[in-house]
Amino acid sequence: MTDATVHHQPTPRDYWVIAGILFVITAIEISVAYVDAFDPVVAPVLITLSAVKFALVVGWFMHLKYDLKRYRALFYIGLVAAPILFGAVLFTFGVLIGD
Amino acid sequence: MTTDTAVTAAHPDHHSDHHPDPAVVRKTAMWVFLGSEFLFFGSLITTFLLYRTRVNDGPAAADVFDIPFTSVSSFVLLMSSLTMVLAHHAAGRKDWRQMRVWLLATALLGMVFLAGQVFEFTEFVHEGLTVSTSPFGSSFYVLTGFHGAHVAVGVVLLLALAFMSFGGKFRDTEGLNVEMVGLYWHFVDIVWIAIFTIVYLLQV
Repeated sequence: MTDATVHHQPTPRDYWVIAGILFVITAIEISVAYVDAFDPVVAPVLITLSAVKFALVVGWFMHLKYDLKRYRALFYIGLVAAPILFGAVLFTFGVLIGD
Repeated sequence: MTTDTAVTAAHPDHHSDHHPDPAVVRKTAMWVFLGSEFLFFGSLITTFLLYRTRVNDGPAAADVFDIPFTSVSSFVLLMSSLTMVLAHHAAGRKDWRQMRVWLLATALLGMVFLAGQVFEFTEFVHEGLTVSTSPFGSSFYVLTGFHGAHVAVGVVLLLALAFMSFGGKFRDTEGLNVEMVGLYWHFVDIVWIAIFTIVYLLQV
């Protein structure tokens, strides 16, 4: 195992705990979307919460946290490239060109 | 993952005869595929974001979306990731019976999600939102439809894996096969996490 970082393998109990956290975050997301008081911050809050859910699934359920660094690198290339590429597309068509 | 870690620990990246470990090769290929899928779904989400306000004479997102219903569907898909990882854990322990139970549970949850999507699409069509109603409708159906197609492929893979394991022919590689399908399934789940937030919650 040349580039692996393996410390502690998750147990089924860990998975159930993560699932519980995912449930709670989803419930908070739905509440935030419906409560008027959150309107000014609804987008950043929802994006942050979904990023947390995303990280939990990728890190724990996909075991990326415990797996070879090369897999992480491959995954992050797509994860970083996609927002940059499509952010540029959105900026070009949404702002520069418009309708 | 557990199985792969064990495999990798026993066989470093390169065997003594310089042949790469097949498990590492397969997992690398899967991660490359998943990385490329980000770009695929990224293009569909971007298209949706560009066209989400172009509704022509048809309904807008806030007119048709039923957030409580879609939230339940989202929760079902999230829980299918739990059953999937439990199937993989059982495979790591070579507990084939438990593995099959969790694989079938995952497939069942995937089918429930798909049934929910079919119901949702049917409701939207009745409310006047079809794929040709507006750019919003087109981009919505293409994005969520492609995601649904990915879920359907995942269900087929899960069922195939569960039924093939009854014969016991694949036991040597079963853990790795479950891990491959698991990676695909979790990816489908994280794409839905993004779609649920961007397409549904932020549009109502």
